[in-house]
Amino acid sequence: MRARSAWAQGVAGLAGLCVLLELVPRSGLVSARYLPPISEILAALADKAGEASFWTALADTMRGWAIGLTVAVVAGVVLGVALGSIGPLRAATGSTIEFLRPIPSVALVPLAVLLFGTDLRSKLLLIVYAAFWQVLIQVLSGVQDVDPVARETARSYGLGAWAQVRHVTWPTTLPYLMTGVRLAATIALVLAITAELVIGSPGLGKEIAVAQSSGAVASMYALVVVTGLIGVAVNLLARVLERRALAWHTSVRGELPA
Amino acid sequence: MLDVRGIHKVYEGRGRTVEAIRELTFSVAGGELVCLVGPSGCGKTTLLKCVAGLLTPTAGEVRLQGQVVSAPPPGMAVVFQEYGRSLFPWMTVRGNLELPLKQKRLARDRRAELVAEALAAVGLHDVDGAYPWQLSGGMQQRVAIARAIAYEPQVLLMDEPFAAVDAQTRAELEDLLRTVWRRFGVTILFVTHDIDEAVYLGQRVLVLSSSPTVIMEDLPIDLPDERDQLTTRSAPRFAELRAHVYGLVQRAKQGGRAGETPAAQAQPAERIPGG
Amino acid sequence: MTAVGRLARRAALALGLPLAIIAVLWVASADSQSFYLPPLRTVLETFADVWLSARLIDDVLPSLLRLAVGYLAAVALGVAIGVPLGASRTVRGVVEPVLEFFRAIPPPVMVPILILIAGIGDIMKVLVIVFGCVWPVLLNTVEGVRAVDPVLDETARCYRIRGLARLRHLVLRGASPQIFTGMRQSLSIGIILMVISEMFASSNGLGFTIIQFQRSFAIPEMWSGIILLGLVGVLLSLAFRAVEGRVLAWYYSLRRSHRGEPTG
Repeated sequence: MRARSAWAQGVAGLAGLCVLLELVPRSGLVSARYLPPISEILAALADKAGEASFWTALADTMRGWAIGLTVAVVAGVVLGVALGSIGPLRAATGSTIEFLRPIPSVALVPLAVLLFGTDLRSKLLLIVYAAFWQVLIQVLSGVQDVDPVARETARSYGLGAWAQVRHVTWPTTLPYLMTGVRLAATIALVLAITAELVIGSPGLGKEIAVAQSSGAVASMYALVVVTGLIGVAVNLLARVLERRALAWHTSVRGELPA
Repeated sequence: MLDVRGIHKVYEGRGRTVEAIRELTFSVAGGELVCLVGPSGCGKTTLLKCVAGLLTPTAGEVRLQGQVVSAPPPGMAVVFQEYGRSLFPWMTVRGNLELPLKQKRLARDRRAELVAEALAAVGLHDVDGAYPWQLSGGMQQRVAIARAIAYEPQVLLMDEPFAAVDAQTRAELEDLLRTVWRRFGVTILFVTHDIDEAVYLGQRVLVLSSSPTVIMEDLPIDLPDERDQLTTRSAPRFAELRAHVYGLVQRAKQGGRAGETPAAQAQPAERIPGG
Repeated sequence: MTAVGRLARRAALALGLPLAIIAVLWVASADSQSFYLPPLRTVLETFADVWLSARLIDDVLPSLLRLAVGYLAAVALGVAIGVPLGASRTVRGVVEPVLEFFRAIPPPVMVPILILIAGIGDIMKVLVIVFGCVWPVLLNTVEGVRAVDPVLDETARCYRIRGLARLRHLVLRGASPQIFTGMRQSLSIGIILMVISEMFASSNGLGFTIIQFQRSFAIPEMWSGIILLGLVGVLLSLAFRAVEGRVLAWYYSLRRSHRGEPTG
């Protein structure tokens, strides 16, 4: 009963938004040059969907996102588990991580342009750098959260380092990792679009920039809507993955402040 | 002072209705210490919340000095069982005590005076700069009581306040409560599931049945006013009263309603007409 | 180990790796002939020339000011919207899907939109920052307000703490740890957006200057700019933590006491 009413409320909210976005530009409150009515935006979207270039751009964006995210996750897990499990190493690298972490990924934009131009690799540089930290921090917290008693027990049963990781560290770390993946997935999308916007790598971001500079306002908004929908899809996917991976997991975990 | 008339409380859930309280009527005179006791789940807390104005009863009314209680009235203070969660963790003890007083728009000097007096009355002296979570459970509950006292209420409602502390601390707090009660002359309605505690503390004990709740018996406690843990609790009269209440509660658990004195027990007990 | 010994050990651990990395970079790049990777020494020398000059006032300051204005506006907006949202389940139900959509839009795409609406001046850059920073604060505020302890809420009710006092002493204070979590995320996003908005379209600012260096192949200068950006990120992060430490001191001590550690 409650779920259904929440659904109805949500739909009402979205419908209300659409109505607003249709009427406000038409009424002249906001110039239609700046914000076309939503009907026009959706029409432009339909047009775009018929163009091959749009799908190519979409594929470019998603390719960069997927590759960058994968690399970041793998690197984050490997380094996170390695650093987190070895006490002295963790202590020695702690300050370096805290120092590198707040460095904005956009600082690497000029470097990426110099090294790789508008190639896919410049996009990947940014994506991997930004997403990696999300995963690393979460995995480190996860490893740190491992119950020392469980670890001792494993050791006393003669489990080697690898077996310990598999049976003790991994299950504890998994929830944290899932959170990290979700955060990393969002950041990866943001950086992919950023690279395309600022560097001009092929992708949706570049299409948006082109639309803006050529005055195709409705198309620009249509593309923005697409990026929003992708963002929602990525978020949903990450949450579904999280729930599936942890369906059997009984541990209680909280999201680390990113 | 406090008039509870015909309280009836029904909870509407998803497709099922729960009648928590059927009919409760009783009065508390000014300055009395009355204990409410009954089996688990008998709606003691629900009743207390209705009296406090935190819940609206389905029918019936509560009157504080003749005025109907529809929202928390100014003359009432509540001490909750979960002392840890009822003190503001971001304020010091002093801050916690002062906040309700600031709401009452009291002057700074008066507030300081009330806070100092209340803390002294509960036996806490150097803690006003401390944060609640730096104190032990017993001390936190004392702070909660001090906050209630500093508020200068006419009626003090206490919802199983000592249930979550250890036995020794509970004994200390029980004695503290009686001391504070005698000193400030405040009217107290004390809810508990501990029969011994109810008999030890109260001037009257109201025994509640199980849900849907009615009053089984309104029992005056004719123990001497000067009570202490050792002598009072080993007095024969205490044992009799305690046994009587225990019997009632046992019967309540089995679904009994009005209190009937079995022939074997020779205690005259007042019965309220209507159960 | 003595107290001094312990302190020395901690300092060694904290500074050891960073200093080692810098030393290795210094030596490894000393003879670098690479155009793209000049010697570290050159970069550091350029740093002072480039940044400790009029540029500090002309470029760095405007950037930071825009960040400050946009960030604070975003926090105020996020909290102002988040509190009523957190309090009413119905309003939340209606508004949540809309918010989820807007929040999923990658903030950088707002740059072209806002250029359209607001030109390429300061207002556009501030608006970009506001748009990107408001979401973490808003969503975390909603969470924080929802999670206010019901016992505490009842206590406030029975002592007749209502209205503004309730907002101040119960709701905002209670939600503050969660709100600060959102503010921390917003700060990172704000820095990124500050730079992006300047790299994309601007006539002054930190991001603008760095991109100019890159376009004119002034490589050591470009690197010095990257280092400065990194420093800005780190310093702002430290400043944030200092503020958070003061405001949430009660919260950290509380958590430590729950874990059984000494609270000092």
